[in-house]
Amino acid sequence: MSGEPSFTLDGQQIPFQEGQTVMQAALEAGVYIPHLCFNPEFTPHGSCRVCLVKVNNRMQAACTTPAAGGQTVQSETEELREIRRGILQMLFVEGNHVCPACEKSGACQLQAVAYYVGMLAPHFKHFYPRRPVDASHPDAVIDFNRCIMCELCVRASRDVDGKNIFAVEGRGIQAHLVVNTPSGQLGATGFSLHDKAAQVCPTGSILTKHRGYDIPIGQRLYDRKPINVVGDVAQLPDSQGGRRHD
Amino acid sequence: MSELETAAHPEQLCRVAIDPLSRVEGHGKVTLLADRNHHIRQARLHIVEFRGFEKFIQGRPYWEVPVAVQRLCGICPVSHNLAAAKAVDQLIGVEQLPPAAEKIRRLMHYGQTLQSHAVHFFHLASPDFLFDFDNPVAQRNIGGVMADYPDIARQGVRLRKYGQEVIRITAGKRVHGTGTVPGGVNKALTLRERNYLLTDLELMTQWGRNILKLMKKAYEASPGYFTRFAAIQSNYLSLVRADGALDLYHGGLRVKNDQGDLLFDHLDYRRYSQVIREQVKSWSYMKFPFINSLGPEKGWYRVGPLARINNCDFIPTPVAEEERREFMALNNGQPIHATLAYHWARMIELLYATEAIRELLLDPDIFGDELVTRGEMTREGIGVIEAPRGTLFHHYRIDEDGLIEKANLIVSTTNNNQAMNESIRQVAENYLDGKELTEPLLNQIEVAVRAYDPCLSCATHALGQMPLIVELVEEESGAMMDCLVRDADGKVRESFVEF
Ligand code: SF4
Ligand code: FES
Repeated sequence: MSGEPSFTLDGQQIPFQEGQTVMQAALEAGVYIPHLCFNPEFTPHGSCRVCLVKVNNRMQAACTTPAAGGQTVQSETEELREIRRGILQMLFVEGNHVCPACEKSGACQLQAVAYYVGMLAPHFKHFYPRRPVDASHPDAVIDFNRCIMCELCVRASRDVDGKNIFAVEGRGIQAHLVVNTPSGQLGATGFSLHDKAAQVCPTGSILTKHRGYDIPIGQRLYDRKPINVVGDVAQLPDSQGGRRHD
Repeated sequence: MSELETAAHPEQLCRVAIDPLSRVEGHGKVTLLADRNHHIRQARLHIVEFRGFEKFIQGRPYWEVPVAVQRLCGICPVSHNLAAAKAVDQLIGVEQLPPAAEKIRRLMHYGQTLQSHAVHFFHLASPDFLFDFDNPVAQRNIGGVMADYPDIARQGVRLRKYGQEVIRITAGKRVHGTGTVPGGVNKALTLRERNYLLTDLELMTQWGRNILKLMKKAYEASPGYFTRFAAIQSNYLSLVRADGALDLYHGGLRVKNDQGDLLFDHLDYRRYSQVIREQVKSWSYMKFPFINSLGPEKGWYRVGPLARINNCDFIPTPVAEEERREFMALNNGQPIHATLAYHWARMIELLYATEAIRELLLDPDIFGDELVTRGEMTREGIGVIEAPRGTLFHHYRIDEDGLIEKANLIVSTTNNNQAMNESIRQVAENYLDGKELTEPLLNQIEVAVRAYDPCLSCATHALGQMPLIVELVEEESGAMMDCLVRDADGKVRESFVEF
């Protein structure tokens, strides 16, 4: 065979370049595969499992699986949607995601993906963890209740900002995000709203202070169109309700 | 205070409990302590008030509070939203909102008032006026109104819907909207939205007038009953505008005593804690606020529509003002103490809300684009508003990072706590004392409580079909002497279940 290599995704031919993952090739071809810990600007992490697809009948994370010629990939099947719904439901009960009181509601990637996979109720028993809000920084606040441990802020701060402000501590179910200072307070770091780390959070965990619900309902990022059409919060400018400060 | 509150020898009394009150939003319970001859010696309304919010909000960012606090109440979330928003304005050092922002908030508030008053009157209270007490309970609810007064019931539904539309357009959603932001609002009105809201407004005002006609008819049919039923002499507390006008969004605190004399006037509500104290009683979860200078015995007061109409010098819109004059003429301009007059005052306010909405919709400021302002941060904010059920206080203190350190709320129903007890006692004294307990008599207690439109646990609309249990217990032995149960279908049965 000559020309560009390709694989099929739900029956559609997806061309790819050598070294691309299934996720990268699909997004480049304009086909959405739901994801949370994946951000095209960062090395894939493969931790949230929301991007689970079947590659030649085997369950794999689309964001970490290299594309290969002739692969058959399934994504939008009821079986996979069911699994994704389950993952989302677990994420929602593990933290405290109170959408009606969250200012990111309507422009939250977690919420938008939940809608996309058809998750309407949390299903599992809530953990109701007690996690304090860190408002020690003059311009930003971190609400750990909403953190889904995607580690995008960790990666952004380390790899782009060169500040290494965030880290994950603990293992398994005990794992949680921390601020890398002796006091554990964001205010004690050199964090800035212009940092890449301030622009990647897919939930309402890292927020600009004093803003509140400044975008009216109806005009928020995902109010009119779903995430597969609109794209990720981290890829869209602040002026549109995204997180990017250009 | 009436001598009935604490009986001399409670150990020899029987207990009569009405639980829950039907057609009161939420869940309440009335205990009547009767002696062996069924003489009612004590009357207490037990309310499980939702106080968890003050704790829940601790440690949260202040700018989140106005939206989060709406979860406190499904019936008047906008009032909580606005009271909190006013407090938050102070936290960010804003004394005066831009005109567009203030007017849009007012619009939201009058929409809420219209919606809430319509729900209360048409769904909950109108059966109290339209049917006799002898009518079967099954008819004395909104279903009965629908069947016998289809026009009134339909108008009630439309008025409520209209109020909801005003809320939706100003706040973004009918419930749990996010229109208010620190120092303003997040959206102005478009011309289209304005015109849409104007379309049916004339009709709403017209219907408001019709309801008042009906109200007056009900009054004329039995003025004695109307005036005396559960009537108590009380002080009245409300906000009034600087010129003495009725204003539901903003003003200074005014208190009149039962003679109509001013106890204080135009008091900056940020000083509320100097003039209002809250008393705790061992038998109730809900506190009992009182005017500090008068003490708890004499200082309790009433809030809500009756207090506001009694207190204001005039209503700034013509049709409602005409109605106010007619109403106040009942007692030659002196405060009206009839508890059932709450309904009348509430409908005057409903009418006023339609007129106030009209004025706001015709004001070009609502299209303005300066929607937010900011000042210097402070650590303490107090927001007070006239919610549909009465004066509502929200008080917040934040730490230096902007997280809530302390919150104190006095909700409208708490302000009326002592008054509701007094009214129940009055009914018990006049109607129940010395008689066998019957269902119509117990209904009268509910009617007295319902006049205040209390939001008990602020949860559900119980539209007249809530089960009701009446127990007669000899307190000394704890033995059940009698028990009357009203089931959800409205049927009443005797029950001798052991407890
Ligand atoms: S704070 Fe946001 S970006 Fe960072 S790990 Fe949590 S969810 Fe991901
Ligand atoms: S997006 Fe692939 S595992 Fe999270």
